[in-house]
Amino acid sequence: MSGRVLVGVKRVIDYAVKIRVKPDNTGVVTDGVKHSMNPFCEIAVEEAVKLKEKKLIKEVVAVSCGPQQSQETIRTALAMGADRGIHVDVSGKDYENLGPLQVSKILAALAKQEDAQLILLGKQAIDDDCNQTGQMTAALLDWPQGTFASEVSLEGDKINLVREIDGGLEHIKINTPAVITADLRLNTPRYATLPNIMDSLMNNETELHKPNHRTSLCVGLIPLFETVAPEDMQGGTDRSGAMLRHTVLQSGKPKRIILSCLCI
Amino acid sequence: MFAVRNALRLSSRLSIPAVTRRGCAGAAIPVDDVVNGLTDEQIQLRQTVRKFFVEKLAPHADEIDKKNEFPGMRGFWKEMGTMGLLGITAPVECGGTGLGYLDHIIVMEELSRVSAAVALSYGAHSNLCVNQLVRHANEKQKEKYMTKLLTGEHVGALAMSEPNAGSDVVSMKLRAKKEGDYYVLNGNKFWITNGPDADVLIVYAKTDPEAYQKGITAFIVEKGTPGFSTAQKLDKLGMRGSNTCELIFEDCKIPAENILGPLNKGVYVMMSGLDLERLVLASGPIGIMQAVLDAAIPYLHVREAFGQKIGHFQLMQGKMADMYTRLSACRQYLYSVARACDKGHFSAKDCAGVILYCAENATQVALDGIQCLGGNGYINDYPLGRFLRDAKLYEIGAGTSEVRRLIIGRAFNSLFK
Repeated sequence: MSGRVLVGVKRVIDYAVKIRVKPDNTGVVTDGVKHSMNPFCEIAVEEAVKLKEKKLIKEVVAVSCGPQQSQETIRTALAMGADRGIHVDVSGKDYENLGPLQVSKILAALAKQEDAQLILLGKQAIDDDCNQTGQMTAALLDWPQGTFASEVSLEGDKINLVREIDGGLEHIKINTPAVITADLRLNTPRYATLPNIMDSLMNNETELHKPNHRTSLCVGLIPLFETVAPEDMQGGTDRSGAMLRHTVLQSGKPKRIILSCLCI
Repeated sequence: MFAVRNALRLSSRLSIPAVTRRGCAGAAIPVDDVVNGLTDEQIQLRQTVRKFFVEKLAPHADEIDKKNEFPGMRGFWKEMGTMGLLGITAPVECGGTGLGYLDHIIVMEELSRVSAAVALSYGAHSNLCVNQLVRHANEKQKEKYMTKLLTGEHVGALAMSEPNAGSDVVSMKLRAKKEGDYYVLNGNKFWITNGPDADVLIVYAKTDPEAYQKGITAFIVEKGTPGFSTAQKLDKLGMRGSNTCELIFEDCKIPAENILGPLNKGVYVMMSGLDLERLVLASGPIGIMQAVLDAAIPYLHVREAFGQKIGHFQLMQGKMADMYTRLSACRQYLYSVARACDKGHFSAKDCAGVILYCAENATQVALDGIQCLGGNGYINDYPLGRFLRDAKLYEIGAGTSEVRRLIIGRAFNSLFK
């Protein structure tokens, strides 16, 4: 299978930053806060670049939907080895209302426009934890989907996938074109090397797209009422054996143990 | 949101430095690169190398200092080589990255922020050794030595100081006597960073003792050359993990083709190299000051006394302001001088001024950092003590503060001759 792979990369607040809720509870503080590429998107980019290095695909195109700053995220993808970038310019109110449904519509339209054989996404973003974009994109395109992939291998025009699910590992085989979402253990993303960073910035291979009526963004699909920080952790009750065993050891006398579920 | 973020923090790919694990809220104090006037490439560069150093080196920084050794040095050097970090100022034709001094400074600053000792070794390798080869080696020498130094397979060093010649380096006694196609070296060098590990060393020796400073020549010496050996690793106050030792030359034969630059003109090689050494090494204290802020400021917002977080008391606010403004002022001075050097405008006065100012401020900021943590700053569970011990070196190495003041003073004297 040769051809083009679209990789979706999202600009999110860096995983190491301490999140603070805005005083008016309308969201979290993003001004002046460090942002970087969503870690699962990094894994998706790495997988795409690996496929290109194995000569199983021809071109890796990184796509990001967002304001001007999303171009930094695309540059990171280029520095990791992507060939081209597409920045879909979404800013202001539209950006605040941008969610998985809108992004999947954009990706679906781009996939058709770019004649993509494969769409690689992170399984979810660490800011909204939606885990919807991959599935919705596949549905809109009527393509098979392989989500939570921890192993991907191409076999002719089919893809062998190992998915991490609650019950364990699921092995599936899907046709191409397809949508795959990357899980944590799919690979370990490479660090961009200095020469690559310089190259990616000099050859600014990023096209700017403005979403048009085909990829119309529905305003305010999901109304946001309030954002609050989680409550401070309270002390829990330990009903497991641990504390009981500790008491037994101390007093030397065994006590009647009532087995109940762990309270954490 | 929090479930995945916490899972990411704990996943095997990521390791958290000891300070944040201890509960100091938040990771680090952000660096405002717009105020610093960095280009987009340089901002991206800082982010990339910071990520690399935090993930690969930060978990080991404390242990490197405690044990006074860096067991993973060779592996780390190779990883830096793959990323193109070991030859930032070396031209692309030689296998380097072909960037400027400011880019080199950004990398060393971020490395120093994680481990000042490793950064010092890195500076000795990439600037003192590699950059001198870039500037003065002939084609044959570049071909022979550059590749492995740039990939990280070889470690580089530079030797000029002696047990009895530090500030007065021109009075060095290491003798290089011509014998046919060889020069025979006899004597010692002292205070040599990377001495125990280096495969390639640039050594300054006296080829003509009568001619005083006009009789110094630079040589390229390879590890394992008969007659060349290293003595005990020095047990230093700080920069522990950046191995320093004495070099011993006993009838060591170095081929004449290994002379770096012109014969007897070594002092020009040395002095012009020292300017750039001071410029690049000045990023060491900047990184240390940033690390002090990273450790102290979050602590001030966790520690409570008299019913509130101590960071809200005026005297602590004052301390934060003082530390921050010192760091910012030093950083702008350094970046400006670096930009000028990248334009080809080299000012010895400013290179000396930059490291003089940065080093003395770093010691002060490190002291303030310890004070912010109070008793906790005084125990080695927290890195503030390491920051102070590491910072002090920069007032001494690469020309003592006294020598730096002389250089600047004399530069003004010469305007009024």
